[in-house]
Amino acid sequence: MDKLIVSPAPHVHSSDSVRRNMLNVIIALMPAYVVSMIAFGWGVIITSAISIVACVLFEYLIARFILKQDATIGDLSAVLTGLLLAFNLPCNLPWWIVLIGAFVAIAIGKMSFGGLGQNIFNPALVGRVFLLIAFPVQMTTWPRPLGFASSYLDAQTAATPLATMKNALKAGDASLLNELPKLWDMAAGFIGGSFGEVSAIALLVGGIYLLLTRTITWHIPVSILATVAVVAGLMYWCGMPGAASPEYHLLAGGLMLGAIFMATDYVTSPMTAWGQIIYGIGIGFIVMVIRTWGAYPEGVSFAILIMNGFTPIINIYVRPKRFGEKKK
Amino acid sequence: MNKGLKTLTNGILRENPTFGLVLGMCPTLATTTSAINGMSMGLATLFVLVCSNVVISLLKNVIPDKVRIPSFIVVIATFVTMVQLLMQAYLPSLYETLGLFIPLIVVNCIVLGRAEAFAAKNTVGLSALDGLGMGLGFTLSLTVLGAIRELLGAGSVFGLQVYPDQYAQLIFVLAPGAFICLAYLMAGMKKLVK
Repeated sequence: MDKLIVSPAPHVHSSDSVRRNMLNVIIALMPAYVVSMIAFGWGVIITSAISIVACVLFEYLIARFILKQDATIGDLSAVLTGLLLAFNLPCNLPWWIVLIGAFVAIAIGKMSFGGLGQNIFNPALVGRVFLLIAFPVQMTTWPRPLGFASSYLDAQTAATPLATMKNALKAGDASLLNELPKLWDMAAGFIGGSFGEVSAIALLVGGIYLLLTRTITWHIPVSILATVAVVAGLMYWCGMPGAASPEYHLLAGGLMLGAIFMATDYVTSPMTAWGQIIYGIGIGFIVMVIRTWGAYPEGVSFAILIMNGFTPIINIYVRPKRFGEKKK
Repeated sequence: MNKGLKTLTNGILRENPTFGLVLGMCPTLATTTSAINGMSMGLATLFVLVCSNVVISLLKNVIPDKVRIPSFIVVIATFVTMVQLLMQAYLPSLYETLGLFIPLIVVNCIVLGRAEAFAAKNTVGLSALDGLGMGLGFTLSLTVLGAIRELLGAGSVFGLQVYPDQYAQLIFVLAPGAFICLAYLMAGMKKLVK
């Protein structure tokens, strides 16, 4: 370091860095990763490896040859994007689709805006939603959790709990909900779905680690989960025909993964505590609106992307009071 | 002559209606699901632009200033109706595909914009050239945008299969793909013109 760094006060001395925070999130994702590996086997390892390597490679190539900047891959953000993207995919997805997803996440979602810190939308979710709309069949063919089965090429597919819930809601017939797996199975992780979202318990363990290391604050995850619970509870107890109970809504789909790991992305979420709560409530509402009335059974990724778009406005309107400033 | 050439190329490059002026976004995003659709929409608009520019330029001293916008719209609507009826009669399948967007050329801001900004102030010859340049620029942009979206979204260009469509990404035929392609083309065009 032979450069003199001039920066305004306050000068906080700590070991905090982008790399450290990214590493914390990656560590926090590990319990869920292990559970998915037990549930789905080799597909998990292969898909995540392709996704991570591709994300890092694309980021390096774009930074080096198109933007002509110093490569930023050392901060681990591309590794995290790759891992999160893989968590949002079914584990038997063809490799070239994973590659396209990684390219979209990094090239369109992140580097087009100028790289880490300048992207409006969560890159991993941009990649995921792109794939969902581009390859609707492959992206919604969920393998059954079979453990280390020998072949995934023609894996049995399983209806996700959310699809069951949507059908019950459409038919207005609560008896269809009897096909739902037991609550314990949903919490532990042995249900069909994207591989990172199967185990709510493992994701919660990761979330607690993130809170303890102060990588994230409680505001965003708690406000999202509380909003979903309240809205789902109102629908259920007011007797909306075919509505599932709030416990199922909390455990199903990508809600835990989204609330704890995706919505809390530093770059794309509001900065102040109140801003984060508004953002979380917004996500919770949109999730429930899409789950109840939307064309897709799941809306967590859409909800987070929509609220990402609102983040700049929230940041403008919810500002902390400056020290010494008088109330108008 | 030099001024005429400048007017003509102005619409194609520097003030390209789609990438430079960012006008007429609705048909640009909605009708460019394939190269042929984009080109037809562009050509229909080209015809209306040239005709309305010429007629408005001829009438510019007769039309009272206070009612110029309604008068322009009447002229434009006349030509749009002609295009619509001709297309319905001779190209019924294309008419079906483009549907509502043909009558909507009436409210396309490029047509009214050129009438107001150019034809109402310039000679007939220059107005015709301006309409032609703008129309060609619009047609070219829509064709390029349509070709890229068709290539990525259906694996073909002008209906010719380039690669198997199971590898094509449906999103490019839908609205989000239109926005993504438009953004990158616009960025590329900015770099090119600079």
